[in-house]
Amino acid sequence: MQLNVLFFAQARERAGVSSAILTLPEGACVRDALDALVREHADLAPLRAHLAVAQDGVLVRAADALRDGAELALLPPVSGG
Amino acid sequence: MATLSHEPLDAAAATAALQRRDCGAVLTFLGTTRDHHDGRHVTRLSYEAYEPMALRELEALERESCERFEIEACTVAHRLGEVPPAEPSVVVVVASHHRGPAFDACRWVMDELKKRVPIWKKETYAEGGEEWVSGTKLEG
Repeated sequence: MQLNVLFFAQARERAGVSSAILTLPEGACVRDALDALVREHADLAPLRAHLAVAQDGVLVRAADALRDGAELALLPPVSGG
Repeated sequence: MATLSHEPLDAAAATAALQRRDCGAVLTFLGTTRDHHDGRHVTRLSYEAYEPMALRELEALERESCERFEIEACTVAHRLGEVPPAEPSVVVVVASHHRGPAFDACRWVMDELKKRVPIWKKETYAEGGEEWVSGTKLEG
């Protein structure tokens, strides 16, 4: 399956890109996506425990299934206001 | 109606939009950019958002505040991009029959905004260096 990954704030700066296409085997979950992204962008590793992940704009958990073609957003701790 | 804007926020217009005959209170909160943080001099602030999700969350805050408190209307606007010192980065306006619920609702909206809306603030310091302000992990 293919995912369109969006990186925000610290995640964007650490990855060095604001978006990327990620290809994973069928049946992959959010944890698999994070594993692959940290392998590809090692600087993301220290941020990983602090990241929230949204699939098509909805927060998901590590064990949640991914959907082919989804938009996956890496969201560091928020600081609006 | 919630808004995300790269232009300066117009608090007066946002306030006027909620003035109505049945409300004796219209409360406007401005969150403004500050030129210091933890003893450091901040020369530049900028905001970034996951815009579609942030907008939906701001709309949810408007809706939920009207359900939780005895208020008649609430609007939230957040600015994105660079915001010069002392300008508003966020404007919350609440209208209610009486003032008490307006104050309560406004505080709640700001507290929730800081916990659940995907917006990030970066500070640049006079002493050198820049940092994303440490924030709150989003919880599903």
